[in-house]
Amino acid sequence: MLRIRLWQVIVVVLVCAAAALFAVPNLFSQNSLGNSYPDWLPSQQVNLGLDLQGGSHLLLEVEVAKVMEERIDAMVDDARTALRGEKIGYTGLKRRGEMVVLQLTKLNFLEKARKLLEDLDREAIVVSSDDGAFQVTLSEAAVAERKNSALSQSIEIIRRRIDETGVSEPTIQRQGDDRILVQLPGLQDPERLKRLLGKTAKMTFHLVDQSVSDTDVARGRLPPGTMRLPSDDEIDEAGNPRYYPIRKRIMVSGDSLVDSQPTFQDNQAVVSFRFDASGAKKFGRVTQENVGRPFAIVLDGRVISAPVIREAILGGSGIISGTFNTQSARDLALLLRAGALPAPMTILEERTVGPDLGADSVEAGKIACLIGLVAVIVFMLLYYGLFGIVADIALVLNLIIIFGLLSILQATLTLPGIAGIVLTIGMAVDANVLIYERIREELKSGRSPFSAMEAGYKRAFTTILDSNLTTLIAAVILYIFGSGPVQGFAVTLGIGIVTSMFTAMLVSRFILVWWLKRYRPKTLPL
Amino acid sequence: MKWRVRLLPDKTEIPFLRWRKSLFAISATLAIISVALLSSKGLNFGIDFEGGILIEVGTEEPAKIGEMRSALGELGLGEVSLQEFGSDTEVLIRIERQADDAADQAAITAVRAALDSKYVGELSYRRTERVGAKVGAELIQAGAIAMVLAIALMLLYIWFRFELPFAIGAIIALVHDVLLTIGMFALFGLEFNLAIVAAILLIVGYSMNDTVVVYDRVRENLRKYKKMPLVDLLNLSVNDTLSRTVMTSLTTLLALGALLIFGGEVIRDFTIAMIWGVLVGTYSSIFVAGSVLVYINPGKGTNMTKTSFGGAERTAKLDGAVQDEAVQRFAALPDLGEENAEASETEVTEVSPDAELTGSRARRRATSSRERRNKRRRKKRR
Repeated sequence: MLRIRLWQVIVVVLVCAAAALFAVPNLFSQNSLGNSYPDWLPSQQVNLGLDLQGGSHLLLEVEVAKVMEERIDAMVDDARTALRGEKIGYTGLKRRGEMVVLQLTKLNFLEKARKLLEDLDREAIVVSSDDGAFQVTLSEAAVAERKNSALSQSIEIIRRRIDETGVSEPTIQRQGDDRILVQLPGLQDPERLKRLLGKTAKMTFHLVDQSVSDTDVARGRLPPGTMRLPSDDEIDEAGNPRYYPIRKRIMVSGDSLVDSQPTFQDNQAVVSFRFDASGAKKFGRVTQENVGRPFAIVLDGRVISAPVIREAILGGSGIISGTFNTQSARDLALLLRAGALPAPMTILEERTVGPDLGADSVEAGKIACLIGLVAVIVFMLLYYGLFGIVADIALVLNLIIIFGLLSILQATLTLPGIAGIVLTIGMAVDANVLIYERIREELKSGRSPFSAMEAGYKRAFTTILDSNLTTLIAAVILYIFGSGPVQGFAVTLGIGIVTSMFTAMLVSRFILVWWLKRYRPKTLPL
Repeated sequence: MKWRVRLLPDKTEIPFLRWRKSLFAISATLAIISVALLSSKGLNFGIDFEGGILIEVGTEEPAKIGEMRSALGELGLGEVSLQEFGSDTEVLIRIERQADDAADQAAITAVRAALDSKYVGELSYRRTERVGAKVGAELIQAGAIAMVLAIALMLLYIWFRFELPFAIGAIIALVHDVLLTIGMFALFGLEFNLAIVAAILLIVGYSMNDTVVVYDRVRENLRKYKKMPLVDLLNLSVNDTLSRTVMTSLTTLLALGALLIFGGEVIRDFTIAMIWGVLVGTYSSIFVAGSVLVYINPGKGTNMTKTSFGGAERTAKLDGAVQDEAVQRFAALPDLGEENAEASETEVTEVSPDAELTGSRARRRATSSRERRNKRRRKKRR
């Protein structure tokens, strides 16, 4: 333990120097780093978590099951058409969970029906029994693929929506099978963004069923193929929304939109839109055939407006007027531009920290760190004298290495992470305390300084290893099971444990051994 | 150096184990009270686990909490609580979980609209947190798994590094610390959230750290003093490590104290949990961890426990053998000069940590490696 090789010293010095090099940029402001700091030096700073720099953390859940439901619903419709086309009698055709079920009324078309149902989807799995009951499901792979693509598509749409709002450096991450984690550093007020993210923004154009009287609409007595949809903004005296009878058939879908902008018409905020070539053709045909009839613009199951078509719109562009204000027109245009989400989405968790609180926390953390450091340094000095100074050097180096590592790894420093560092300041001296107390004991049992040092280091080593490993286990588990800020705590704690072992076992030992060999004291000032 | 601080006399002989019965009674009572509090009063779960909304607003003038409360009460959002947070210009608003995620969103919007219209431009939203029921349930689960896993892994580690009785003793001390910490949270109704789970995991690590240091010494003393009665031996070990235990706790508490006073309001409860945990952990490693070994080794309490600490005993023998061997070697060596002499001296006193090696194998290994080293040395001298 007292034998120190030159390469060991070199390695330790290099490690410390490298750590210092990476830690130093944290002392400067971002600004001065950009201007006057030498280019050739590393200038990365510790990555601050959202709780320290301010920003918004949103955990979204995509209802991927809805995608399947829609697909199965479509298969139910297709099955109806196909069976009717072949004049095969059936009852009880419907969706049950993620499968299509039906019962043939006559058993002589079993094979034919099976063939038709298998043609519904390439991945369809048809199970039938001899009494004519059919179950159609999609293969597991197909279900997984659809859900997966729904999620990827959602991420893409979310990214577009966020980019459109001009938030800088968003992090959008997939989490598990149906979740998306969105982190928006610096965003102060996520209200608008949450509103934007919460909308599916599925826009469709339908014809209004004029054959239905208002009373029938109110009672919900509708012919097949017509549905009742609430108005987005029209409310009757009782506060209930007005309902429209809407033909289910989608005349033109919002998928064909290529652009959408907020604009003004007669001093009223409106949203303009433009279709792609095929959409424009469809739109032109529909408007041509239905001049003089009301045409409903439906967004997420609500009727935004149902204007009467005055003339055929052949240019492929049009205007949506409703009761918009500037902001809502801008939002709608943005949503239409970015595209519709494949499935509805909910915000499961939100954590937003304002920049004030973040800055306050950083400031408080700095002060706590410094005062904690000074307190421990003074205490160690008073308690161990010269040896205390060595432990203090190790402690300061320890902190430098922690910050260097945090900068190199670009780990995220959070508020609990700062707490972890402060805690490390307190606990880091433990390794040195163990060694010193051991040396003291060895001295008491009558050993010479040399032999006491040797024995102290040697015997304390296993204890240090054993005791620190237990804390390291706790840190690792925290990292695995924790989320966000807590992970930050685990990171600093874990790094702190490793670096404190490094500084105590190497740095402070080197210094003490050097001192011992240089001065050959008769007694140790412990 | 007269100016230096002495916290403890150089050698303490405090009869910790003599008090073990009453101390155990106190610890057990406290643990039982904690469990009782936990089941009767329960924990004040924060929104991390319970779900719900938390909004921290900053005001320019001292906040009129009563006025805010009545303004928010009119919104019909169920239970809404307001409290000052750290200073009189900061208010923490808690709103219970609404029917679903969408209703939660609507509630946040409603609260902000109500506050914004009442205090135009005077408010800043420092923090908004919302956790839905689903995430809350998952966080509870993850927290519980983490806690159990941490304790299990540590048990395994101690079992692997020491022996089973030590592992059991460490776990008793650990569960004691965790129970008392959770009990403290139940007693004072402090908010129990994700950060507190992190603090408890840290306490688990810290308490284990302290306990391991004591046990490490017990193991060593078991090898050293083969004839000493167990109670005396445990007492000696606790006393041997006392100054270290106290020192480390003090420095840790110093740092945590700085965090408590200067670290800000957001992590105050977190810091309180850690401080309490360090105190309890220190207490348990001095008063519980050592003493409990007496009971885990029933019937052999005053004997040297040859059977259950078999491994330790074997090692003791082995050390003796190695030592003898080394002494002979040392005697046979020619004058080596100071530095080499130092090295040899340490070899003589070395206590091998290999607990599981059989005596002869270890001796062969030790001998051959020493021969090699000595050969090298002689070569060098030439």
